[in-house]
Amino acid sequence: MLIRRPADIKPSEITDPAIYHQRREFIKGAAAMSALAALPLRADAAAKLPGVKKSTYTVDEALTPLNDITTYNNFYEFGTDKASPAIQARNFVPRPWTVTVEGLVKRPTTFDMDDLLKLPLEERVYRLRCVEGWSMVIPWIGFPLNEILKRVEPTGSAKFVEFTTLNDPKRMPGQRSPVLDWPYVEGLRLDEAQHPLTLMVVGLYGEVLPNQNGAPLRLAVPWKYGFKSAKSIVRIRLVEKAPISSWMRATPNEYGFFSNVNPDVDHPRWSQAKERRIGEFLKRKTLPFNGYGEQVASMYAGMDLRKFF
Amino acid sequence: MAKVALFFVCLIPLGRLIWLAFNGGLGANPIEFVTRSTGTWTLVLLLITLSITPLRRLTGYKALIRVRRMLGLFAFFYVCLHFTTYIWLDQFFELASILKDIKKRPFITVGFACFVLLIPLALTSTNAMMRRLGRRWQQLHRLVYLIGIGGVVHYWWLVKKDITQPALYALVLALLLGYRLVVWAQARKRVAPPSAPTSPTNFAPHK
Repeated sequence: MLIRRPADIKPSEITDPAIYHQRREFIKGAAAMSALAALPLRADAAAKLPGVKKSTYTVDEALTPLNDITTYNNFYEFGTDKASPAIQARNFVPRPWTVTVEGLVKRPTTFDMDDLLKLPLEERVYRLRCVEGWSMVIPWIGFPLNEILKRVEPTGSAKFVEFTTLNDPKRMPGQRSPVLDWPYVEGLRLDEAQHPLTLMVVGLYGEVLPNQNGAPLRLAVPWKYGFKSAKSIVRIRLVEKAPISSWMRATPNEYGFFSNVNPDVDHPRWSQAKERRIGEFLKRKTLPFNGYGEQVASMYAGMDLRKFF
Repeated sequence: MAKVALFFVCLIPLGRLIWLAFNGGLGANPIEFVTRSTGTWTLVLLLITLSITPLRRLTGYKALIRVRRMLGLFAFFYVCLHFTTYIWLDQFFELASILKDIKKRPFITVGFACFVLLIPLALTSTNAMMRRLGRRWQQLHRLVYLIGIGGVVHYWWLVKKDITQPALYALVLALLLGYRLVVWAQARKRVAPPSAPTSPTNFAPHK
């Protein structure tokens, strides 16, 4: 008996070899185009976000230039090279976009991105410390994550919050390679998620969030290493147990759940004592909790931060 | 003439870095860029140097041997730039933190060891040293196999997650070293049992 199984891939989805064989030319063309286009690395002229108030949650440090923030990115959904998100996310269209907030909540809600933009927006200048040993100072625009959490009302059994990034290899070419276990997942303890510093970001430098920085909606958790701040979020789930993040799954001995910036706990393969602020020559000392200890250290009182790294 | 041309070709990676530096082309993290670039070219030149012997045997183009030393010395040149970038631009001569890095970070330990092992090879690369050391010269210079492996390991351990690039270097290195292993095994087979048939691939005796 002949059992016919439908092919996994529809013929219509297979790239025509003629087109496939032009891929190098296509990439070269794209590279040439981007070189020509030089500075504005977004396809559309960046839209200003209106009515943004300046927040007091702001550090008084020199801002990292916009060009550095938008050309030096870790966003594996658009390639593992730091220069590639700016190129590969160029034509990403972050619309229509909804964020589903569900799990252990009284009112599970799906928010439309355009409605979220109507929330009171504020500008906050935060430090960003990457686990790789570099840092930036970024004027984010957004609203506290707690604004959303309050609306869905977490139940008493909710202890953690899980964030999931869009999983769409057609739009996010980096997901076609199994570098990480897609979709990208991150997590926070509920009190961390509710902390006033935890920001849902919709823009930077006064404008709508560039694609390569996690459009249209990302987290900014300034006292944790950058990878904790999930990008292009489509789902927020309140759960009872600590979620296993993509990086914990990838290399459990190198990445812990908390990932608080800590100069005393090295990455197994490199030191975390210092960092290079992008644009500066000499390295500077890394501060515990990235300099936000006064606001957040109490959440970890009594915990062995070497164990809970 | 060809040698002079190759000399200038080997300087292109350095020229590119200088050009980029003066044109703001090193990106948001220039020191990382220079460190990566000089490291990459060290590895590339090491692998090219290691490919000379197989290429010479496979093509029969003996003149290739004449450029091997220069390629090896250029690998050493780029590793010197790589090491200088690390101790000067990256660590700014902070000896304590450099020593700690070398001791504690396996990828730096391996990288540093390879750099140190390359020094005697560079020093003994002259004709006079070759004559003076005789047979021992070749024994000493076999260290380059170990250095090649160490170089790839150094790269592999430094990468955060996407190991595509180091894996490519590892593959090329495996081919180059594997070729030597096959040649060596065949030569042994030919020498050992007197009744064994001679191999159809007639390699020139090891010199």
